[in-house]
Amino acid sequence: MNIEMRGIDKSFGSNQVLKDAGFLLKDGEVHALMGENGAGKSTLMKILTGVYTKDAGTIYVDGQEVSYKNPQEAEKAGIVFIYQELNVLFDLTVEENLFMGKEITKKFGVCDKKAMRAKAQEIMDRMGVKIPVNAVMSDLSVGQQQMVEICKALMVDAKVIIMDEPTAALTQSETEALFEVMNALRKKGVSIVYISHRMEEIFELCDRITILRDGQYIGTRNICDITMDDVVQMMIGREIGERFPKRESSIGEEVLRVEGLSHEKLFRDVNFSVRAGEVLGVSGLMGAGRTEIMQAIFGNLPVVSGKIFIEGKEVSIKNPRQAIAAGIGFITEDRKTEGLLLEKSIAENIELANLNKVSKRSVLSRKQGAELVKRGIEEFRIKCFGPEHECGNLSGGNQQKVVLAKWIYTDPKILILDEPTRGVDIGAKKEIYNVINEMAAKGVAVIMVSSELPEVLGMSDRIMVVHEGHITGIIDAEGADQAKVMTLATGGCLA
Amino acid sequence: MNALKNKKNIGAVLGEYGAFIALALLVIVLSIIEPSFRTPSNLMSLLRQASFNGLIAFGMTLVILSDGIDLSVGSVFALSAIICAELLMSGMNAVLAVLIALIAGTLLGAISGLLVTKGRLQPFIATLITMTAYRGVAKIITEGKPISQLAGNASGGDFFFKAMGKGNVLLFETVKIPIPAIVLVVAFLIVYFILTKTTFGRRIYATGSNAKCAKLVGVNTNKIKIACYSISGFLAALAGLLMISRLDSAQPTLGDGYELDAIAAVALGGTSMSGGRGKVTGTIAGVLIIAVLNNGLNIMNVSSYYQEVIKAIVILVAVLSDSKR
Repeated sequence: MNIEMRGIDKSFGSNQVLKDAGFLLKDGEVHALMGENGAGKSTLMKILTGVYTKDAGTIYVDGQEVSYKNPQEAEKAGIVFIYQELNVLFDLTVEENLFMGKEITKKFGVCDKKAMRAKAQEIMDRMGVKIPVNAVMSDLSVGQQQMVEICKALMVDAKVIIMDEPTAALTQSETEALFEVMNALRKKGVSIVYISHRMEEIFELCDRITILRDGQYIGTRNICDITMDDVVQMMIGREIGERFPKRESSIGEEVLRVEGLSHEKLFRDVNFSVRAGEVLGVSGLMGAGRTEIMQAIFGNLPVVSGKIFIEGKEVSIKNPRQAIAAGIGFITEDRKTEGLLLEKSIAENIELANLNKVSKRSVLSRKQGAELVKRGIEEFRIKCFGPEHECGNLSGGNQQKVVLAKWIYTDPKILILDEPTRGVDIGAKKEIYNVINEMAAKGVAVIMVSSELPEVLGMSDRIMVVHEGHITGIIDAEGADQAKVMTLATGGCLA
Repeated sequence: MNALKNKKNIGAVLGEYGAFIALALLVIVLSIIEPSFRTPSNLMSLLRQASFNGLIAFGMTLVILSDGIDLSVGSVFALSAIICAELLMSGMNAVLAVLIALIAGTLLGAISGLLVTKGRLQPFIATLITMTAYRGVAKIITEGKPISQLAGNASGGDFFFKAMGKGNVLLFETVKIPIPAIVLVVAFLIVYFILTKTTFGRRIYATGSNAKCAKLVGVNTNKIKIACYSISGFLAALAGLLMISRLDSAQPTLGDGYELDAIAAVALGGTSMSGGRGKVTGTIAGVLIIAVLNNGLNIMNVSSYYQEVIKAIVILVAVLSDSKR
């Protein structure tokens, strides 16, 4: 299916998000759509699929002008959008999710369970995923849920599939499985629009790339004719220099030491330490127990045994309050459900973590609060209309900056960051890296959990690798490479 | 960015003052069509009426903001009142009896809070249980009979049982302000202060908005919730004591269904039933709307059957027009 979008304009209120944007999709290609957060990628695709109506411009599908009024119409025409925020019903089974709204029925609308189960299984097999079709969604990992979403698109025989950050929550092997499926689809003539921030994946997978910036069409290139640096430059319109900024910090005394930390089932006998000014990268596959180890150190997950020492003294941490009192800051993996009060303002979010700083004898000081928040917005360059801006309306990168600000003002000795750049664009990523470096330079011990290998390799002093709840190795970042880390992450040994 | 700002301003005006606009309209309309409505004595008795529901609704606001609900307030109202009445009848000093009853109300609220937090019961179920249990206990204590002539038996602190519920304070030597209304205003100022100016208030909003996130920044969400239910219990008990002081008698069926009026007032005030969002200023508007409706419809001799339907419609319209819904 050929799709051409030309001269698309779109405004929300007085805020113009697309200005003369365009896009050309050919038969059977995987086409990357890139741009910083807020560049208008998702909006453009939502206009194509009828979620939003365009203010101006034309859309041609196979040469015919179209204008879908809603996603159902687009789906009928064979265009399916898989959203970044999973659109699944958590209390229902895989099969029920797959057939929601298009159940196979016998007489009198009675569901034909057998037929649906068989068809669901067939699609799962085609995808090469092993998820029981009668499993309840909430029991599956995020990666598995994502797979179910993709299967759902395959069910309607889509000719164009739009995927918004599909691999953000997938493990390495799940990502590979997804790429295989995508390659197979491409051979069958299905076109895929692939929205992602992950440069490596785009260069591995895509045929062409279109770049948007500030709602405008910047250009389309063949992947084989372009370098990653070119793409970055097109995206941000300027050079950002090194992807991973250099750090000027001297590594000092040991700040945190963990000895024999064990959970009932998620991890066993975890030993490691972090020193002042050091960045310890934590790598491993999804579900290896990285996040859980950090949650346990922060007192948010009970352990059966183990000791935690901070600056040489053993501390007892049974809840986040004690962890904070002991000088630990924790930037969680999921900023939307754990990191932020989305319906609250930037001010309230930053102040909440620093209530003792902005109050006297439990009474809030408006002046101190306003100063702290103003400082946060300036220092972290949070793009907003002011301290009262609701966090739910910020872009991913800016949300993450609010989370960073609120923790950093608690003056932690140890800062744990779990997937700090997930869903964040390249410009904001670099700003987050700079913050990490500044913290390290100030003598904070930093632990950074990340699924992005280039990030772990580029930012860490040492790398700790977790495999199925065990630490399989702690290696110096210097001399480490993706192969070494992956060997450890899959349970292998380094020769 | 500008668009967002403008939109917020219009929304904020509607969201913040919607209930007050509705209240003002109601008062104006009633004043025009029913002159006896606007007499000072009627307005003051309206305020006295409003204060019982108001006190309960303030507590309800705190509980709902923390992502809970308190169905037990009507029962706490009755049981605290009964405890106080029984103590008075046994010859206890009135001041002491009042204090004990207030502490009892607070503890009754705390029990609901413990069931919600430590017992991990859903707030609706937890307080349905305490609502039923407290009502039963009140009936057991009194064997179902009313206790009357409290003032006559109150020893010491005559004020409590002669003036609190029915008394007035003279303003400019002409306007008689009912004492319960003064209690209501004081309670309002305290709750307003807590919610807007204290760290405790911030933690209530955070707990109701996203408990997981609040916990991770060190908020003891269980403690916050228990505190909200305890305050709700305290305020319900206070309202109960004002009521028996006014009636000069206590009976176990007191306050039956009061939880619904309180929830209605909170909803009218624009507070989100899923917690984290809302204001006590909205609640007081909601309380006054309900009181004005009750009073106005009574004066106009509208049958009580129709009154309920009219009340329902007003609440429906108010909640539907809430822009932040």
